[in-house]
Amino acid sequence: MLNPGSGNTVIKSKLISRRMFLLTAAKAVVMLGLVGRLISLQINQATKYKSLSDKNRFREWKLAPERGVIKDFFNQELASNEPLYQVHLVPENAQNINKLFVRLKVILNIPEKKISYLKRIIKKQKPWEPIIVSDNLNWSEFSKINLFLHELDGVEPVVSVARKYPDNSSAHILGYVSQISAKDLQTKKYLKDLSVPGMTVGKTGLERKLDEEIIGKIGFQRYEVNAFGKRIKEIKINQGQAGKSFKTTLDYEVQKYTNILLEDKAAAVCVMDIYNGDIVSLVSSPTFQPNAFVHGLDKKYWNSLISNEKKPLTNKAMSGLYPPGSTIKTLVALSALENGIVKPSDTFRCKGKIELHGEKFHCWEKKGHGVVNLRKGIQRSCDVYFYEVARKLGVDRLSETAKKFGLGKTVLSDFVEERAGVVPNTKWKKKFIGQNWYIGETLHSGIGQGYFQSTPIQLCLMTAQIANGGFKIKPRIIFDKNDNSLRDYIKFKNKNPDQTLPVDLAVNNFNLQPLFKNQENINLVKDAMFSSSNEPGGTSYRHRMENPKFTFAGKTGSSQIKRFTEAQREAEIKQSDLNYKDRDHALFIAFAPYNDPKYAISVVVEHGGSGGKVAAPIAKKVIKKVLERHDMRQELNYSIGEPV
Amino acid sequence: MLLQRSIHSSSGLKDKIFSIDYVLVFSILVLGIISMFAMYSTDGGEFKYHTNSHILRFFVFFGLFFLVSLVQIRFWHNQSFLIYIVFFILLLSVKYFGLTSSGSQRWLDLYFMNLQPSELMKVGLILFLAKYYHRVSIENMNSLRYLFLPIVALISPVLLVATQPDLGTSILIAAGGIVVAWLAGVRIKFFAYSVLIFIILLPVAISFLKPYQKSRILTFLNPERDPLGAGYQIIQSKIAIGSGGLFGKGFLNGSQSYLDYLPEKHTDFIFTLFSEEFGFFGSLFILLLYALIVSRIVKIGNLTRSTFGKLYCYSFATAFFIYVVVNMMMVLGLLPIVGSPLPIMSYGGSSMMATMFGLGIVMSCKIYKDTPVN
Repeated sequence: MLNPGSGNTVIKSKLISRRMFLLTAAKAVVMLGLVGRLISLQINQATKYKSLSDKNRFREWKLAPERGVIKDFFNQELASNEPLYQVHLVPENAQNINKLFVRLKVILNIPEKKISYLKRIIKKQKPWEPIIVSDNLNWSEFSKINLFLHELDGVEPVVSVARKYPDNSSAHILGYVSQISAKDLQTKKYLKDLSVPGMTVGKTGLERKLDEEIIGKIGFQRYEVNAFGKRIKEIKINQGQAGKSFKTTLDYEVQKYTNILLEDKAAAVCVMDIYNGDIVSLVSSPTFQPNAFVHGLDKKYWNSLISNEKKPLTNKAMSGLYPPGSTIKTLVALSALENGIVKPSDTFRCKGKIELHGEKFHCWEKKGHGVVNLRKGIQRSCDVYFYEVARKLGVDRLSETAKKFGLGKTVLSDFVEERAGVVPNTKWKKKFIGQNWYIGETLHSGIGQGYFQSTPIQLCLMTAQIANGGFKIKPRIIFDKNDNSLRDYIKFKNKNPDQTLPVDLAVNNFNLQPLFKNQENINLVKDAMFSSSNEPGGTSYRHRMENPKFTFAGKTGSSQIKRFTEAQREAEIKQSDLNYKDRDHALFIAFAPYNDPKYAISVVVEHGGSGGKVAAPIAKKVIKKVLERHDMRQELNYSIGEPV
Repeated sequence: MLLQRSIHSSSGLKDKIFSIDYVLVFSILVLGIISMFAMYSTDGGEFKYHTNSHILRFFVFFGLFFLVSLVQIRFWHNQSFLIYIVFFILLLSVKYFGLTSSGSQRWLDLYFMNLQPSELMKVGLILFLAKYYHRVSIENMNSLRYLFLPIVALISPVLLVATQPDLGTSILIAAGGIVVAWLAGVRIKFFAYSVLIFIILLPVAISFLKPYQKSRILTFLNPERDPLGAGYQIIQSKIAIGSGGLFGKGFLNGSQSYLDYLPEKHTDFIFTLFSEEFGFFGSLFILLLYALIVSRIVKIGNLTRSTFGKLYCYSFATAFFIYVVVNMMMVLGLLPIVGSPLPIMSYGGSSMMATMFGLGIVMSCKIYKDTPVN
């Protein structure tokens, strides 16, 4: 059995030692293997594993930047930011997402529809990416969330900033912001890296035009997170960069004032500095609530906007197309003078209508204006006079002048909503309608009807360029302290009509672009406009301003929507008897003060009836307001221009 | 009394203390201290439960190590069968009174600690077989009759542990036993037959595996198979070690463990944590320390005269080496995660107790190297 003999022991010892030696050799090999593995992991692949470890360790959350502010000329904020109380949810931090939603539903009163929408979003994105459960909470709701926070794992109360508009007076020109849509991401390149929950982008107006600069740069928070996704500590924070702020040329006070004047009307007003092209006011009515778009639009409100026949969402000042009506007569007269078609003293007899190739062309004054020269033609807005002038002038020469003065193309750049309108001529008709031009159409064009289409801002530019003596200006809405010296030039010229320009003015005005051949023709038109507004018989005489400080020279216009039938004409149907939709658009253009022009204005009231009755009184009030504020504006203009 | 007599026989206490292998003692102490720092790091840089209890256990069982080493090797030889039987009974009682945690029944509640008898059995089996083969003559070594008892002594605890279920420990117990048999001189062919039988029985064995065990093996073969499930541990461990680089992330700066990406960081993955914080050079140092311990044990085996002592020391050194290597290969992604602690470094009382007990007997071999065991 068991036999521990001593000789045996020696042999056994030797056997054991031999086998042990083999084992030791094997151990050495295994040890080398382990060292090799360590070298492979910790030296050869260290970089790879370090980055994997960091990927584990750090997680980044993007921060939406603060949008730049838009200010008016006097630094009043037209579009500002307000603190915003939001509730975010990080799905991976929630223990039971369904239970959590049940709790949130009770606390925040979230509709069931929204919850199922949020659940769908959660499925789409990464579990640590936050979703916004509630975008815009009031303070009491927000504090309620904070009170229950300990039992709401994964919920994060967030104080952010959001767009806030002080009122609706500039809604159209400012535009509005709203959540990024899939389409925005596709079409706007600068949004590529800006996709953050809660990010809003400009959809229309200045907000859209300036979007790329005003939106700012995205920030991020880098956190160290543990294996369960819990944030352990903040490693790095980059607040991003708030968007650039912009100062505009608008005057908030005038905007508000004009907005009230236009209440309940479908109308637009544009006021422009005639020398530097600063747009002082640009109002479209009725307006809408831009704030309603920031946090997701209420369907009811949206429907009310869409179904309103006065089209509150349209920026009528830039995208409303209206036949210029009689306001075009200023340009018809100017074009005829410049082309030597008529002399100021040439007369025609107005009998209330003329006939051409069997077609009757009526003057608005059924009885006729009698003998009419250019000044009287504009003063009384005699249609017959302008039929005759237009016939002689021809539509192609008229269109040339009209285009020179800014019709038929957009006035500002980068506004998607701005429309170019139509300045018809023979070529245009051939190209777009495919027919030859009829002489009758020239007559219609001569009184701004027919194919003519213009926007209020174009009419304002046209007026401004007549008012400043016929020089081209570049209208602007973003403030630029580089004033051109047209103002000084005109002032000097007025004071010293016969002297040559001083050198500095001559240099500065090297690139002045006159739109006239003979400036006397411009002055003739301006004088005629003066008589229209300030002499008995003028179409807006009733709304004149006798104080020379405010005296304006203007031109009325009523653009026909529907042709009067002979029967209606016989029955002397009044505009107020027509259906709203069938009434004429009322137009008025003017500049003021007459003896030292500073501003041009255009007013369009859709289906307002007569320009003289409806549009002129509005223009009168706005002009007064603007001129009252002129000194303040000038002061600021000069103080900005000077080095401090 | 028996114990006391054993200590005071032969030479005086002074001589015994002189003949202790201080290199080995020192290595164990250094490793122990390193493990305390590592444990401190797993607790997030604070003295919390794991650190405190690890320090306490280390010193208590370090004391046990000395106590065991001062006892005559003859005593341990004589009581080997008894020790094995006691450990076996403990193992058996786990089956009936054991504590269940995460699906496996491994522990006995001893009120002051939860004892894991399977860890003790690692040493128990080696002791048993060392004594057995000490007494079997070289002629009888390879007769089937003398193979019967070792096979029973090996298979019974291995099966008991495997069905707890604790695949890792059962394999390690078996490995220790096989090493003794092979060192003693059992012919290679028997091992070859066993392997053959094992392979034939493997499909049957696999059918007995729990789903999570199957999943672990599959995951080992392809860790990316399920990166958030079973493959997670291997991937995260490799990331931790790899990201440590040459010099490591620094003490208490191991982000993988600190941020809880690392599973089981006190126990099976303690080396990962250390390697992440101290890098390649730190890991190499630990490896060398273990190599030193193993080589010292082997050296003691060389010195000791009795076959029992030699067999025990060699086998224990090899088993110890296997425990270390299996753990490291596991955390380095070279073996499936089977759950085996790193001796001395890992948190766990039973493992520490078994290791220190085993090392104590080694030291006893050193102190009483010239005394015959019977």
